[in-house]
Amino acid sequence: MSDVKSARPLSPHLTIYKFRPTMAMSIMHRITGGALYVGTLFFVWWLVAAASGPDAYETAANFFGSIIGELILFGYSWALLHHAFGGIRHLTWDTGHGLQKETSTRMAQMTLVASLVATIVLWLIIVIFT
Amino acid sequence: MENFRTPLRRVRGLGATRGGTDHFWHQRLTAVSNIVLITFFVVLAISLHHDNYLGVRDAFGNPFVGIVMALVVLSATYHMKLGMQVIIEDYVHGGAKMPLLILNTFFAFVIAAASLIAILKMSFGG
Repeated sequence: MSDVKSARPLSPHLTIYKFRPTMAMSIMHRITGGALYVGTLFFVWWLVAAASGPDAYETAANFFGSIIGELILFGYSWALLHHAFGGIRHLTWDTGHGLQKETSTRMAQMTLVASLVATIVLWLIIVIFT
Repeated sequence: MENFRTPLRRVRGLGATRGGTDHFWHQRLTAVSNIVLITFFVVLAISLHHDNYLGVRDAFGNPFVGIVMALVVLSATYHMKLGMQVIIEDYVHGGAKMPLLILNTFFAFVIAAASLIAILKMSFGG
């Protein structure tokens, strides 16, 4: 390989673009997806404990009822809602709609706002009505 | 150049990976089913969160709950397997890529199998 720097133009990479809401939400979609992936371990724990018997279920239920457990459930519900709204955004784009510059930016912002609002509403429902 | 591909290969439209658009399509298909199925799971989890062990077992003794929860598990684990595969393929290159792809598949299957066995056990009252 020659170590003479080529004068040819190079394809621009991530770092030269201005950071946009769509980019942030794209990353968030992956991060929440990854979190949901790992979090299925808690889901399995709950199911297997319930199938195993009262003692195992008690242990799992105590964990999910603890402060740490509830924080995990709160975070998990937000990740789930964020990933769901992000997914609906992607499904909309798949139909060819909402791809305009302003619209796609707006949709990215709405994903974050909707996920936060929906998470708070969900937990208010849980606290107030159940 | 198109002469190098046989007419059969072209009409099948599966391309060089032999998978065609299956990965993309299945990701969307399970995304749609997840919206419905995981909503059911969230509602179930909320309705059960004050219940004790017997209440939870009673709920899972209902065949409808068992069937839908089995579908939740199948749809979600397939979706997450496809998603994590994309993340690995995007960021991991070289020697670690194939072992991670294998682990990803194993993880999804273990989660699915453990969940399904638990659901079936509760469905059949064992």
